Amino acid sequence: MTATLTTPPLSGGRTILLGLSRIRYEVRGYFRQADSIFFTFLFPLLFLALFSVIFSKGNFGKDASGHAVTAAGYYLPAMLAAGLLLSGLQNMAIDIAGEKSDGTLKRLGGSPLPVFSYFIGKIGNVLVTGLAQAALLFVVAALAFGVNLPTDPAKWLTFAWVFLLGVTTCAILGIALSALPRTGKSAVAVIIPITLILQFISGVYIQFSVLPAWLQNFASIFPLKWLAQGMRSVFLPDAFKAVEQGHTWNLTGVLIATLIWLVVGLILCRVTFRWIRKDS
Amino acid sequence: MRASVERRLARNGAAAHHVRMTDSEAVVAVRDLRKTYGSFLALDGVSFDIQRGETFALLGPNGAGKSTTIEILEGYRDRTSGEASVLGIDPHHGGVAWKARLGIVLQNTGEQGNVTVTEQLTEFARYYSNPRSVAEVIAAVGLEEKEKTLIRKLSGGQRRRVDVALGIIGRPELLFLDEPTTGFDPEARRSFWDLVRKLKSEGTTILLTTHYLDEAAQLSDRAGIIAGGKLIEIGKIDEIGGADARIPIVRWTDAKGAQERRTNEPGKVVADLMKSGEPKNLEIVRPSLEDVYLNLVEAYEAKEELEPVR
Repeated sequence: MTATLTTPPLSGGRTILLGLSRIRYEVRGYFRQADSIFFTFLFPLLFLALFSVIFSKGNFGKDASGHAVTAAGYYLPAMLAAGLLLSGLQNMAIDIAGEKSDGTLKRLGGSPLPVFSYFIGKIGNVLVTGLAQAALLFVVAALAFGVNLPTDPAKWLTFAWVFLLGVTTCAILGIALSALPRTGKSAVAVIIPITLILQFISGVYIQFSVLPAWLQNFASIFPLKWLAQGMRSVFLPDAFKAVEQGHTWNLTGVLIATLIWLVVGLILCRVTFRWIRKDS
Repeated sequence: MRASVERRLARNGAAAHHVRMTDSEAVVAVRDLRKTYGSFLALDGVSFDIQRGETFALLGPNGAGKSTTIEILEGYRDRTSGEASVLGIDPHHGGVAWKARLGIVLQNTGEQGNVTVTEQLTEFARYYSNPRSVAEVIAAVGLEEKEKTLIRKLSGGQRRRVDVALGIIGRPELLFLDEPTTGFDPEARRSFWDLVRKLKSEGTTILLTTHYLDEAAQLSDRAGIIAGGKLIEIGKIDEIGGADARIPIVRWTDAKGAQERRTNEPGKVVADLMKSGEPKNLEIVRPSLEDVYLNLVEAYEAKEELEPVR
């Protein structure tokens, strides 16, 4: 008489529960990896500090009560937007491309982990690390550089939806872009030029209003320009909208453009994501 | 020519159906499996069954098609033609409920390993409906001392043991072991053998590939030998290659040098030798699985050289 093994059915609702478990697993792994902490987590903070020092004599205009806007105050929304792109898109795309080539995805693909749980883990990790990154930026901007953060709850509500929508969209686009590099080693070379150029043309490092009109229009195709604009609407004095395209913060435009990219990203993920490259 | 191949494929397809309907105990059923990469024919009509509770070894030189076969059965690769059924399901369409019944130990892994042994096993245990206890699995692979160590800080052989642990954590009905003991020291291999025997006694069906023929002989009930994408031999471990390949060899040294005789009556040969005194360097050898395997593969390769592949 030999023993027989039978496998009980899998429990319902496990996709969400395993997704939550994956978030914890991913966050733990993220903070154990020194290079990702430096290049994506602390990068916006370093640039905020750098710009604040470099442009400390610069003139960024005045707020409604006549106080001068400091370099740190001016660059805070730009660095928040850069953080969304770096934590969401850049880190995600490089991370998944690496997992594809080092065998992590092959192992997961042979286990009964649902693909959707894996995505929840990845997006949740970006959400957690993105929030921590934003909180750190606020603390340093306020305490070290004396930036006055908004007190109007309506502004924080705008921040909340721009952040959540932005981080989700960037994360999903990151998953979609991870299909682009052929190997984990080439991922950095393929992904970083994309994100670097986007940051230069989307008003992160360079004031958007100084770009030629055609470049402004080109940058408006991509989501980063809109996310940076949404962040500026929260953290810069209202009068600054005069230099935006159309002399308005155009939050409806921010919402629509980002939503379109969210949908595009979801479709790309559905079409391109594979646990492994079959038959490579 | 082409038409005849197609007719044969169709016939084999029907045969596979028949086998599946009547023999419900075949955990793995493969019929006329073919796989091409461009113009390269990696698998050329491989057929075999693995019964429930059986340990089956797939042997063959590097590049013969072992891993291609195993990866088709695991659902990682698509077959070009032929039939495959794993736990009653076509691996090409296997979903999470199917994967929950499998355990897979892949050949090469190089993950980051930013988690400890316990953390990794605890995480993977959640994916299954009736997992083994993490502590029990860690003990079974002998990593108790390293359970709180990050996987990236383990040695190659220790990481391989984590791979094995991840393969069995879900209490699989069918376990794939693709060269599981690569990098193991002899002691670790022996305790791995004990583990496989224990899994077998619990009813696990096992498909094993290995380059250690003693390992295959120790663990398997049956073996198939693949060369050049073809299954050139299949049978029970102590019968494979046929009776002639297993005739014992008597070796000794006399005044004329080293002597050797293949005989089914080695005792009688030795008794005859004893009449002229104690023979020097006397030994009676039964060809091992390794001897049988090497003879079969060499014979196959010699034949292929005479009849080059079109």
